[in-house]
Amino acid sequence: MIDVKDILIRFEDHVVLSGVSLHVPKGSAVVILGRSGVGKSVLLKSIVGLLTPEKGSIRVMGQEVIGMKPAQLNKLRKHFGYVFQYAALFDSMTVRENLEFPLRRHAALSEEEITARVEEQLKLVDLLDAIDKMPSELSGGMKKRIGLARAIITRPDIVFYDEPTAGLDPVTAREISKLIHELEGRFGTTSVTVTHDLECARIVATRICILHDRRIVEEGTFDEMLRSEYPLTRAFFQPEIA
Amino acid sequence: MNGHSRGIDQFSAGMRKGFEDVYDLSVFTLRFFTSVFKAPFELGEVRKHLDDLGAKSLPLVSMVGFIMGLILAMQTRPTLDRFGAGSYLPAMIALSIVRELGPVITALIVAGRVSSGIAAEVGSMRVTEQIDALEVNGVDPYKYLVVTRVVACTIMMPLITAYVDFLAILGGYVAETITYTSSFQLYFTDVINSLTFFDIIPGVAKTAVFGFIIGIIGSYKGFTADSGTRGVGRAATAAVVYASLHIIFVDMILVRLTLYIFG
Repeated sequence: MIDVKDILIRFEDHVVLSGVSLHVPKGSAVVILGRSGVGKSVLLKSIVGLLTPEKGSIRVMGQEVIGMKPAQLNKLRKHFGYVFQYAALFDSMTVRENLEFPLRRHAALSEEEITARVEEQLKLVDLLDAIDKMPSELSGGMKKRIGLARAIITRPDIVFYDEPTAGLDPVTAREISKLIHELEGRFGTTSVTVTHDLECARIVATRICILHDRRIVEEGTFDEMLRSEYPLTRAFFQPEIA
Repeated sequence: MNGHSRGIDQFSAGMRKGFEDVYDLSVFTLRFFTSVFKAPFELGEVRKHLDDLGAKSLPLVSMVGFIMGLILAMQTRPTLDRFGAGSYLPAMIALSIVRELGPVITALIVAGRVSSGIAAEVGSMRVTEQIDALEVNGVDPYKYLVVTRVVACTIMMPLITAYVDFLAILGGYVAETITYTSSFQLYFTDVINSLTFFDIIPGVAKTAVFGFIIGIIGSYKGFTADSGTRGVGRAATAAVVYASLHIIFVDMILVRLTLYIFG
């Protein structure tokens, strides 16, 4: 479903990613683990076309993203959902309007259907009471849930999660991770999650990739990672040994 | 490195940054003309901004317009009286307000309120990834955020200016009435008789250009805001400064052009 091959991204003289390759099969939940500032979010933003690599190839659903015309890219993005690190809710809109936004853009639904879909999504994330609130009235955890609801409201084929549990307390972080896992099971979406939260990776991932030193250095299942000898992977998975 | 060569380096770096800024702003502005006639037209957003940027500016510009006319009349009357030309006051107020003071003062006031508001709003959307969220939702952020605001400012400015012109002339009448008990009918007959088509249309039409400047500079500064709240604050301040300077500079050119065309 997603094939990233040998991409290079740099900002001025600073090389962020070099020789990164990644394969995400349909229906899988790939988690990219790595230390802060290693370029996880940059990789995610390149896949959805928000950043353009200098070289390499990114194919999503059979289409090359690099060099794609804006109109084509916007068409392809209709198949994506994206949960931003700080939710990125439109702060001039209510929760209802935030959720309606992608539906009004991409789905040919009647007003009744839009209202029903918005309420259904809010029930899924247990925030129906917040429907008429502004984002500024919500807590960090609530914003993440609404961001999640907005990302999946159009039933996208692929959902990208950028640090879905960052800045949350462990209990809320676990709830969010479980919610992601539950929603993926329910809607059968393919997902790519970037995080440095091991608990989130354990709950969500079918496969884990370790991003380090500008490239993917190791990948495997959670259990395989537990047995890894690679120093950074050990530092993540067996901190008491490392 | 001594202080002299460091100063030269700083100056050349500043010049380079200035030229880069002019280039980027030109590209940003040209993009408006290639985007504005392409669907989707986001009319709902334009309507929303007409209200936000235009109607909500009315209390401020009303006050400024009325007081501007009042002060102009109070300041001018003694001078005109000295030359025995007191009866020309309504014509003098009407011509100076409609031709120059109304459009420029209104544009500067609106630039202070609207341009900084646009820069702060768009800038904070940039730093909180809301612009990325628009893109991921398949929306062209330039069309959605910039084109709609620039169109709204361009439409709204001539309407606001016409309204301010009227209030300023009314303010002049109030000043006259307080001191000289002038007749309402006589004052406004003099005003109407003194104005021609060539005074009103260029004066109001140039405010469409000022509206465009206010919208495009506010949006540009917001779009290019550095990350963090400090970057947003800087963008808002820079938007007011740049927009005000551009308004005065463009006004100078338009005055010359108007005189050349209409005499």
